[in-house]
Amino acid sequence: MFVTGYIMTVGLFIPCYVNQFYPDAAKATLQLLQKLGVEVVYPAKQTCCGQPMANSGFAHLTSDCDALFIQNFAEFDYIVAPSASCVLHVKDHLHSAENEGKAEGIRGKIYELVEFLTDVLKIEKLDAVFPHKVGIHHSCHGLRGLYLSQMTELNAAPFSKPQQLLNMVSGLEQVSLDRPDECCGFGGTFCVAEEAVSVKMGKDRVTDHSKNGAEYITSSDLSCLMHLEGILHRNKSKVKVVHIAEILNATV
Amino acid sequence: MKQTETKDHAGLAEDFIKDEERVNWHDGALWYIREKRDIASKQIPEWEALREAASQIKNNVISNLHDYLLQFEANLTKNGVKVHWANNADEHNAIVYSILKAKGITEMVKSKSMLTEECHLNEYLEERGIGVINSDLGEYIQQLDNEPPSHIVLPCIHKRKEEIGELFHEHLGTEKGLSDPTLLTRVARKHLRNVFLTRRGALTGVNFAVAETGEYVVCTNEGNADMGAHLSEVQIASMGLEKIIPQKKHLSVFLRLLARSATGQPITIYSSHYKKPREGQEMHLILVDAGRTRQLGRTDFRNSLKCIKCGGCMNTCPVYRKSGGLSYHNTISGPIGAILAPNLDMKKHADLPYASTLCGSCSNVCPVKINIHEQLYKWRQVIVKEGYAANTKALGMKAMAWTLASPEKFSTAGKAGRWFLHNIPFVVNNKFNPWYKQREMPEGPKESFAEWYAKNEK
Ligand code: SF4
Repeated sequence: MFVTGYIMTVGLFIPCYVNQFYPDAAKATLQLLQKLGVEVVYPAKQTCCGQPMANSGFAHLTSDCDALFIQNFAEFDYIVAPSASCVLHVKDHLHSAENEGKAEGIRGKIYELVEFLTDVLKIEKLDAVFPHKVGIHHSCHGLRGLYLSQMTELNAAPFSKPQQLLNMVSGLEQVSLDRPDECCGFGGTFCVAEEAVSVKMGKDRVTDHSKNGAEYITSSDLSCLMHLEGILHRNKSKVKVVHIAEILNATV
Repeated sequence: MKQTETKDHAGLAEDFIKDEERVNWHDGALWYIREKRDIASKQIPEWEALREAASQIKNNVISNLHDYLLQFEANLTKNGVKVHWANNADEHNAIVYSILKAKGITEMVKSKSMLTEECHLNEYLEERGIGVINSDLGEYIQQLDNEPPSHIVLPCIHKRKEEIGELFHEHLGTEKGLSDPTLLTRVARKHLRNVFLTRRGALTGVNFAVAETGEYVVCTNEGNADMGAHLSEVQIASMGLEKIIPQKKHLSVFLRLLARSATGQPITIYSSHYKKPREGQEMHLILVDAGRTRQLGRTDFRNSLKCIKCGGCMNTCPVYRKSGGLSYHNTISGPIGAILAPNLDMKKHADLPYASTLCGSCSNVCPVKINIHEQLYKWRQVIVKEGYAANTKALGMKAMAWTLASPEKFSTAGKAGRWFLHNIPFVVNNKFNPWYKQREMPEGPKESFAEWYAKNEK
């Protein structure tokens, strides 16, 4: 990006619940991108990608939401969000009757933070320090939707973009899990509509991390982490959740 | 049948989960099979190419079903097999009954066939004075307990060995407290041997039907299909229209995929080919539609008909593993059941496409590459449009769409506090906030990111 002297401008998309509950992850995303020399703008009028409605069967109600998204983000070089799930939704489902060209443009230039760092900025080192044992929770939308890592279901060469980034963080020790890419059970409205199954799935994920010695569970999806954190807090566990942006932006 | 129809998947799953120890071993047993599948599939370098080949062959089949079926019928007839066509479950059952009645047969042995479960054949025949014994061990156990199978490959995977021992004690007179699987299997085998020797009629399912030759293949691990068929005077095979494959050589693709995907075995112990009747034997084959052509007409869902019933999607599905097959209240449970069932009765099965987190693991283990999780998403859209989502839920979603479409309203809602968690439970119309039952709410920060940004970055 510096070769031509042109500094790209990134539109920062902060999903609704991240804005409300996890502003620190949003700040870390912003600061990290700025540190890496990217111009970042946060359009103030943004709301949501519409995924909660679409995944519940109400995709036909998301057109206003889509129009607003296009209005907010069409002009940027890239759009980056610290949420694999929302990015996947936009990539797969953002459309517009009036502005399909712009919708298509957005679908092609929206990135989840991790893949933006590994695939667009192609960073090879980071000044980050996080002296803790960390377990990675692969969100399903990040894993099987955006291919941030290789899924265990396939007979294909392994790779992992979040792992690649965490390897650049000094002091950080990654723990290995019994089931490295099992779903946590959040699933949008599933988390309340199928409360019993959702919680059982979450409890089992948490146990896998804690029994393998993780102090922190990290992910590129805060929706998963919010669900896991709710279970950890209820059970007074010492294990904490942290968005991957906060680790990559951590200096002490 | 045990009555499980009144609650939806969420309610039935909640009941299943109350016994956490059971859930843990149910989950563990199925995960173990998923791991065996992983090992088996990774021993074959061309695994993904095989899946692709199988998928393409099945795409070809469902696009040319009419021609292949006629070719198959012609070859069956040439081989001396009598062919019947059934539009629905009732027609199928009536055909089976008339075949048995013509021969004066009052007892029949049946090897595993999910189709006849779907048609409720056993009940139909029993009402007409014909006894049916399921000869697959797992199905035999389920039949003793008067319960449908909970898994298409492992029908009684949800039962503890002690529970099976108790059933055997009650029905087969074994010693109380006997729960050793080997000993119980021996007892079942003794009973079933007698059944095989005395039944004049045998019915099997069909795994693959070869259009080119008119033969069909039945895959089992117990050899029970063969025992029944070889000793019978009348052999009946029931198959769904979609079980066709064009040529015999295609079996080399499917047989390699089926058992590896199902249990991690390289191949089922028995892959039996049936082609023509023995001297003095009658062979019948019933081709059953029962909703399949309707599904074929649904562009978004037609490729669900590629399914070879390996059960892989169930073993990998975390929702299935935690909730048990019976919570799907449909003959075929799990992810594939959830995309097949709404075609049969959309109102009754409107809950099933929602019994998923859309994690996508199923689509990636599926040996014929059915895009299961995408179809779950698409079924949700259809169910809402057809009006089968609860009205309150629909209203909640409209309110949500309205809020999200306007930045002004959104920020007011945001300031009002925990917008997200306050709204989602409302959407699903629960009296109490189900999030909070077993989870804490996130701690609300002093200011949102938007507020912080407005102050600090502009
Ligand atoms: S949908 Fe695929 S994985 Fe599931 S049972 Fe059918 S063939 Fe197997």
